[in-house]
Amino acid sequence: MSAMWQTQHVVASGIVAAVGVAVAYISYTAQPAQAFLFPRLISTVFVVLALWTFGKALIGKTKVGNGLNRTQMINIAPGLVVALIYIFWAAKGLGFYTATTIAFFILLTLYDPAPHNKLRTWIKRVLITAGFLAVMYGLFAMLLKVYTPREIFF
Amino acid sequence: MEFIGYMGDVFTPINFALLLIGTIGGLILGATPGLSPTMAVALLIPFTFKLDATQGLILLGAAYTSTVAGGAVSAILLKIPGAPANIATTLDGHTMARNGQGAKALQLSFLASLVGGVFGVMLLIFLTPVLAQWALAFGPSHLFWLAILGVTVIGSLDSSSVVKGLLSGCIGLWLATIGFDDIMGAQRFIFHDAVAGGINIIPALIGLFAIPQVITMFANGRKPSEAEVLSVERHPIRKAISEVARRTRALSIGTAVGSFIGLIPGVGGQIAGLVAYDQSKKVSSERAKFGTGHSEGIIAAESANNAMVGPSLVPLLTLSIPGSPTAAVLLGGLLIHGIFPGSDLFDNHPQVAWTFINSMLIGQIMMCIFGLYVAGLAARVAQVPNAVMAAVVLGLAVFGSYSVQHSMGDVYVMAALGTGMYFLERFGFSAAPLVLGLILGPIAEANFVQGSMIANATSNLGTYFLTGPLNLTLIGIVVASIVYSVWMELRHRRYTTKDEAVAKEEALS
Repeated sequence: MSAMWQTQHVVASGIVAAVGVAVAYISYTAQPAQAFLFPRLISTVFVVLALWTFGKALIGKTKVGNGLNRTQMINIAPGLVVALIYIFWAAKGLGFYTATTIAFFILLTLYDPAPHNKLRTWIKRVLITAGFLAVMYGLFAMLLKVYTPREIFF
Repeated sequence: MEFIGYMGDVFTPINFALLLIGTIGGLILGATPGLSPTMAVALLIPFTFKLDATQGLILLGAAYTSTVAGGAVSAILLKIPGAPANIATTLDGHTMARNGQGAKALQLSFLASLVGGVFGVMLLIFLTPVLAQWALAFGPSHLFWLAILGVTVIGSLDSSSVVKGLLSGCIGLWLATIGFDDIMGAQRFIFHDAVAGGINIIPALIGLFAIPQVITMFANGRKPSEAEVLSVERHPIRKAISEVARRTRALSIGTAVGSFIGLIPGVGGQIAGLVAYDQSKKVSSERAKFGTGHSEGIIAAESANNAMVGPSLVPLLTLSIPGSPTAAVLLGGLLIHGIFPGSDLFDNHPQVAWTFINSMLIGQIMMCIFGLYVAGLAARVAQVPNAVMAAVVLGLAVFGSYSVQHSMGDVYVMAALGTGMYFLERFGFSAAPLVLGLILGPIAEANFVQGSMIANATSNLGTYFLTGPLNLTLIGIVVASIVYSVWMELRHRRYTTKDEAVAKEEALS
């Protein structure tokens, strides 16, 4: 078992165990106690299983879960950053349709295997983005009448 | 035979149009690798808000039925199963297509799906009302144990690690308690405004099933798709029909195995195809031909996959216990229209229940007819690059989550749960038990609290929840499923730990 794999498992199961302990602590201390009867029951099982998993990860006995290798981390990072900025800031700050257009185009550019140095590739990406935006606008704004934050442009 | 009285409702123009859209859309979505039936149905839920309950369920049911069958298209023509349920179909289906018999493989697949699917829906029709009446005898303690059973069975049987599967279920049960307590009105675990009203099930489902898939596509980087669509030569349909009729053994094994597995909560379609394929191979006189493009392999696998669909809805429609993650999504679709499964559904909303079930029956026939025509198009769609698919799914997830309550909080919850689930999955945790915990949590808690009140008035908590034949039977099944899964896990590890370790090291290096 590689050190990186074990470290990843220790961190992941450690976070889950910490959440479990926090849930159990709140369940057993918060008032009114009657409202926390069911959370107490499940948090007890939660914390036992989480600590068991954490203990197994600490002694290197974890058997399940491949973790993430360096290549996967490098591949995920830009897309995840764009997606999180889109969801947690741009969608509300710039408006849904504007933010979706920008995020869609950036993600397409980041992960499209076609070469970046050809004009045809860029035209294709612009057309796909425009097509997607038109479909989303038709579906949500016109068909379902969902009023999304508009902010700039539309 | 009450269902026959509602058969005409399926053929009203709007209902039939929705059935058609759901069937064709489902076939295309199902053929797309990475878009699982569960995720496809979850992404469709926001589109049912403007529809009434019957229409919404027709759309979702048709999509569920045809995504399972559509997965066979990419399994046969691209060697990429559209869903895990279609893995067994790849073994003989793709080999047959490679031998220049792609059309025959597709025809056998859809015809077998039709037979299995119709049988499964007939089981749903005849078992559901009986079980729904039987469910009336269930008290709070039984419903509490049933909800726990739903989480533990799927947690232990559907996960590669029993402990992590059960832990995922606990996380789901905890997430279900976030928000205001129903009885005391107390705030519980509200650490952000976005979850003040509790976690809405629809954005949670979209996040848990769609976002991990988006991040998985990111993880592949700028890798071009290596899938090559095999050409489909013409093949007379009557020859395929006579082939299916000749292979009654494979067809009946597939249908029986799929129906039985579908009835077991939590097991789902992932293994139905593989078990049926394996059993069919064992009893076949031509077992050496399996894996070389043999028709029995395709017929057994595909009849099992679709036979599972109807029975997987039996526990949902009778006991409110979703038998599979997709059934859990359908439960979400029912709840947003204010309809609760069980006897209430059949007593107070028979038109909704029977029109939905009948539409699944008609949907099986339409799936077979259109499947044969749409297969070529579906295989082309299946080649859409990861980059486009990831961006499309992300956009649909954001808009779909927002449209539930017009709330950015729902979008944040969707993104947070989905991102968290991706990383949890990388470390052996599973989305299915977490989702079941999230959905069954309120049912378990409401019945636990109600049972506690009854116990305080009549006996003590232990006597009320831990005695009585039905309680003990349910507890026995919970314990048996966990013990069986632990035993299977230990046995599996004894033989494969070394190989797994080597594979992991190779994957990391």
